[in-house]
Amino acid sequence: MPDQTLSSVAPQSDATVLEVQDLTKTFALAGGQRLQAVAGISFQIAAGETLGLVGESGCGKTTVGRALMALPPPSSGEVILEGTPLSRLSAAELRAIRPRMQMVFQDPISSLNPKRTIADIVAAPLVVAGGLNRRQRDERVREMLDAVGLDPGTVWDRRPHELSGGQCQRVSVARALILNPRLLVCDEPVSSLDVSVQAQILNLLEDAKARFGLTMLFIAHDLAVVKNISDRVAVMYLGKICEVAPAARLYSQAAHPYTVALLASVPDPGTDFGRRFARVIEGEIPSPLDPPSGCRFRTRCPKATAQCAVEEPRLRPAGENHVVACHHPEH
Amino acid sequence: MTTQAAETPVAAPAAVRRSRLSLSVSLPVLWLGAAALATIFSAYLPMPDPFRQSLLRTLQSPSPTNLFGTDSLGRDVLARSILGLRVSLVVGLGSVLFGFALGGALGLVSGFFRGRVDFWISAAMTLILSFPPLVLAIAIMSYAGPSLGLVIFTLGLLFVPAFARITRANTLSLADREFVLAARAMGMRNGRILLQEILPNLVAPLIAYGMLMVAVAIIGEAALSFLGLSVPPPQPTLGGMVAAERANLLDAPWAVFGPSLFLFLTVLSLNVAGDQLQRRIDQREAAL
Repeated sequence: MPDQTLSSVAPQSDATVLEVQDLTKTFALAGGQRLQAVAGISFQIAAGETLGLVGESGCGKTTVGRALMALPPPSSGEVILEGTPLSRLSAAELRAIRPRMQMVFQDPISSLNPKRTIADIVAAPLVVAGGLNRRQRDERVREMLDAVGLDPGTVWDRRPHELSGGQCQRVSVARALILNPRLLVCDEPVSSLDVSVQAQILNLLEDAKARFGLTMLFIAHDLAVVKNISDRVAVMYLGKICEVAPAARLYSQAAHPYTVALLASVPDPGTDFGRRFARVIEGEIPSPLDPPSGCRFRTRCPKATAQCAVEEPRLRPAGENHVVACHHPEH
Repeated sequence: MTTQAAETPVAAPAAVRRSRLSLSVSLPVLWLGAAALATIFSAYLPMPDPFRQSLLRTLQSPSPTNLFGTDSLGRDVLARSILGLRVSLVVGLGSVLFGFALGGALGLVSGFFRGRVDFWISAAMTLILSFPPLVLAIAIMSYAGPSLGLVIFTLGLLFVPAFARITRANTLSLADREFVLAARAMGMRNGRILLQEILPNLVAPLIAYGMLMVAVAIIGEAALSFLGLSVPPPQPTLGGMVAAERANLLDAPWAVFGPSLFLFLTVLSLNVAGDQLQRRIDQREAAL
């Protein structure tokens, strides 16, 4: 890939790449029940920015990632990619815009077809997009494998089960980046990897972001992982966003009791959160089939009052670039 | 292009270890191979004409000229058994291929698209399964009259639900894998996802199952031909030969045992080899 093409997709710092407006996702369950996994969330990601999305398992963060990729599309709300509202696109138009946003999945093994070779897997987006002949495709695949730190000669004809989890994740990154997407959604890309390999993949993503001018949504349940890679962090709880702040600020001046509790439960010897807020979150996340009234966190919140059960808190400013949905924020 | 990330070493592929072929694989394969060759090239084998009757040489016991003896019309039992085996193999393979193609396609569509399509396809499969298979086959054959094509169609139809269900179950779990999402995310169309991403993962388990089903089809054909509802005479069939000679079982058991032996060895070989194949595929899948 010549470098001029790369610079042509470099971020313009002020543009918004992704805007999500009041996105909801409801699943119909057997027996007529309806599960609202995402209950109306909105956020924006500026060009070149990395937004971290954190929350416990089952809070709907993976659903957000998939819904905004239209895999499948959200139940309501709008996803606007580089000014194009996805819900208004026809199936063919959606297919045409898909290369602009790509995804790296959680399970490195499951996200690669076990029956295809690494070269085939990485070349697949080029085949679908069309326009290149076999030799040009091979050339691009070779460059891309090089860029993610895999030796093309060695892995070319291998199948995914012959590689380690970290190597498979590198293949996933290569496949996601080969069409020069603008937005990369990473759905817990390192949570099933060994800690030593996690750092390698995070570095790879950071490098790729700088080199290919990517805008990223980084989904994770591990605050420590999100901290280093994100510019801003959004905290989700039971299908809603409860706090968004610049990464550094969130970790030093968290305003939502849930964020505070999450930070307190990170076993990091370098911080003193553990002592400052010596309270660890109790109980289990409530069922999204029957979410609590008012504030969804009130059943586990140490500061909950009668007001929290009645009135749902809206996101309001709590500092520069910092919003929080709480009636009784920490500051 | 400069390398962005440090190269990660990828282990060299383990040397392929050739395990010693066990008897439970080599013997069945040997028999099936010999059977296939003998039925294909039967015209060139140094054997008596299977259709020539000789009323002077009826129910002869096995001899160098007639290795399996002769039947009640003086015809060579071995030569007729080989021709009968040809029908068995053609019907076995043909009906399984038919069931594989139709059932596989239905199961793929039903497991991938789910919803209403899945409901109707599954309902149709349950409907076919609710008929006693042999009764259904007898009904179709006696209504339409026996012929080779119809035997293949009828037995194949009976295999459609089984293939559809296996394909559907595998497709359901494969369609949830993230590589299918990744294919969608890159804008791949459904047809291509089905054929390039899902189908290659289905072939191995279906082939192993298909091998076992060939044995079932051969037995089914033998039952139909025993009842005179398979390929019509003068074409010999293994079941038909048993039916015709069963009255002479005490005087000339070879006329019944010849075709029975062929049937027995072929079905046994298919079952044993199919089991081994299935086991190997399961091991491979478990290793992934």
